[in-house]
Amino acid sequence: METAIEVRDLVVERGKRRVLHGLSCAIPRGSVTGLLGPSGSGKTTLMRAIVGVQVVKAGVVKVLGQAAGSAALRHRIGYQTQSPSVYPDLTVRENVRYFASLYNGITAADADQTVVDVGLGEQAGQLVGTLSGGQYARASLACALVCRPEVLILDEPTVGQDPVLRDELWQQFRVMAATGTTLLVSSHVMDEAGRCDRLLLIREGDLIADDSPEAIRDATGLHDLEAAFLHLIRSTQTPAEAAR
Amino acid sequence: MTPRILRSTTGRILRQLRHDRRTIALMLLVPVLLLTLLYFMYENAPGVFDGIGLIMLGIFPFVIMFLVTSIAMLRERTSGTLERLLTTPTGKLDLLFAYGIAFGAAAAVQASIAAGVAYWLYDLDTAGTTGLVILIAIANAVLGVALGLFCSAFARTEFQAVQFMPVVVVPQLLLCGLFVARDQMAGWLQAISNALPMTYAVEALQEVGAHPDPTDKLWRDLGIVAGCIVVALVFAAATLRRRSP
Repeated sequence: METAIEVRDLVVERGKRRVLHGLSCAIPRGSVTGLLGPSGSGKTTLMRAIVGVQVVKAGVVKVLGQAAGSAALRHRIGYQTQSPSVYPDLTVRENVRYFASLYNGITAADADQTVVDVGLGEQAGQLVGTLSGGQYARASLACALVCRPEVLILDEPTVGQDPVLRDELWQQFRVMAATGTTLLVSSHVMDEAGRCDRLLLIREGDLIADDSPEAIRDATGLHDLEAAFLHLIRSTQTPAEAAR
Repeated sequence: MTPRILRSTTGRILRQLRHDRRTIALMLLVPVLLLTLLYFMYENAPGVFDGIGLIMLGIFPFVIMFLVTSIAMLRERTSGTLERLLTTPTGKLDLLFAYGIAFGAAAAVQASIAAGVAYWLYDLDTAGTTGLVILIAIANAVLGVALGLFCSAFARTEFQAVQFMPVVVVPQLLLCGLFVARDQMAGWLQAISNALPMTYAVEALQEVGAHPDPTDKLWRDLGIVAGCIVVALVFAAATLRRRSP
């Protein structure tokens, strides 16, 4: 299968702390890849490196065959940050239309449709600053989806969403992947992991699993993905860490 | 730079402003109220308002736009919208020029109202034309915008950002020739004054006050202000980093 995102020997240091220690992975095109791991394990840092906003110490990050962050990629990649980054003093519609206008060929009608797609049709005229937490995050998601990117990097897009909405969003992710979009989605919710084509599990800046959900279930002999991850995390701990 | 992105970003900034009615009211009314105060302070001292009122028409837009821009840009930096914009096709200059144009337009409205009140209500008397006064006021406002964009890089919070106002604005106010004529200052003060852009804006306004036609000195001063705007924008662009640690 064609590779959309290639990470080779990626080392990132933030301050004096080494966050990623020579991480390598390849993400196939037209798939949904889940990025999982305890908080502070380096998920956001890896995503930032792929989007090209992270200073990296060493290693190679390529997206669609080009160096991460290169100018040509900025038309082809969508990024939703973990904390919603939209303008609270604009309405939902104004925000999404603004981000749409930054791309060639994306119209105001596309923007309005995206607002409906994330379930904010009724709040389109409302100031983002007055939305609830979950709605705020969806406004931010809409701004990442609106440019119909080939690669979509979503940092915890479903946090704070109710189960029905979460299900709808995941159905949309699946539809996008089916039409060739590559999605990398970080999550804390294990029932979401089962909906991914591939899972990357990182712990303290190291990749400890890179496989399909079925393969991870088979390898650990555990049907429940949460139990399988706990097993993987504990089995990679050093005895000293385990004793802590 | 992409014209489409520049246009839509300018529109977005103006739309943000439009939603903030209180800021618009403050922006437009405060200069008028302060001019009123000045007019009545010097009501019995003929000619003084013509000098001070004229200079104030240039200073208000500078101070207000510096403050508004440094906070607005700080919000972009801290809310994550700047980082997000830099992952889109938006160029650094698109963003910086959009701020310059949007707040420059707001300043044009502000300066026109303030000048209108000063000339027609309070009989401000200048040898030169109102249009030139407004032009200098707009140049000064854009200078405030450019310095605000740059200074926002050195503040982490809005609390810190407002503290830059006394640092950047007050020395320029003190040394621009408003309180003490520049040729009566000590040499070293004059040297500092020579290095501050507001000095030239004020001098340009005084030229309009004294001469019916635009003088060479006026154009030179306006050129210096324009040069300072470009330098401040270049420095501001240098503070916008696509990659952060």
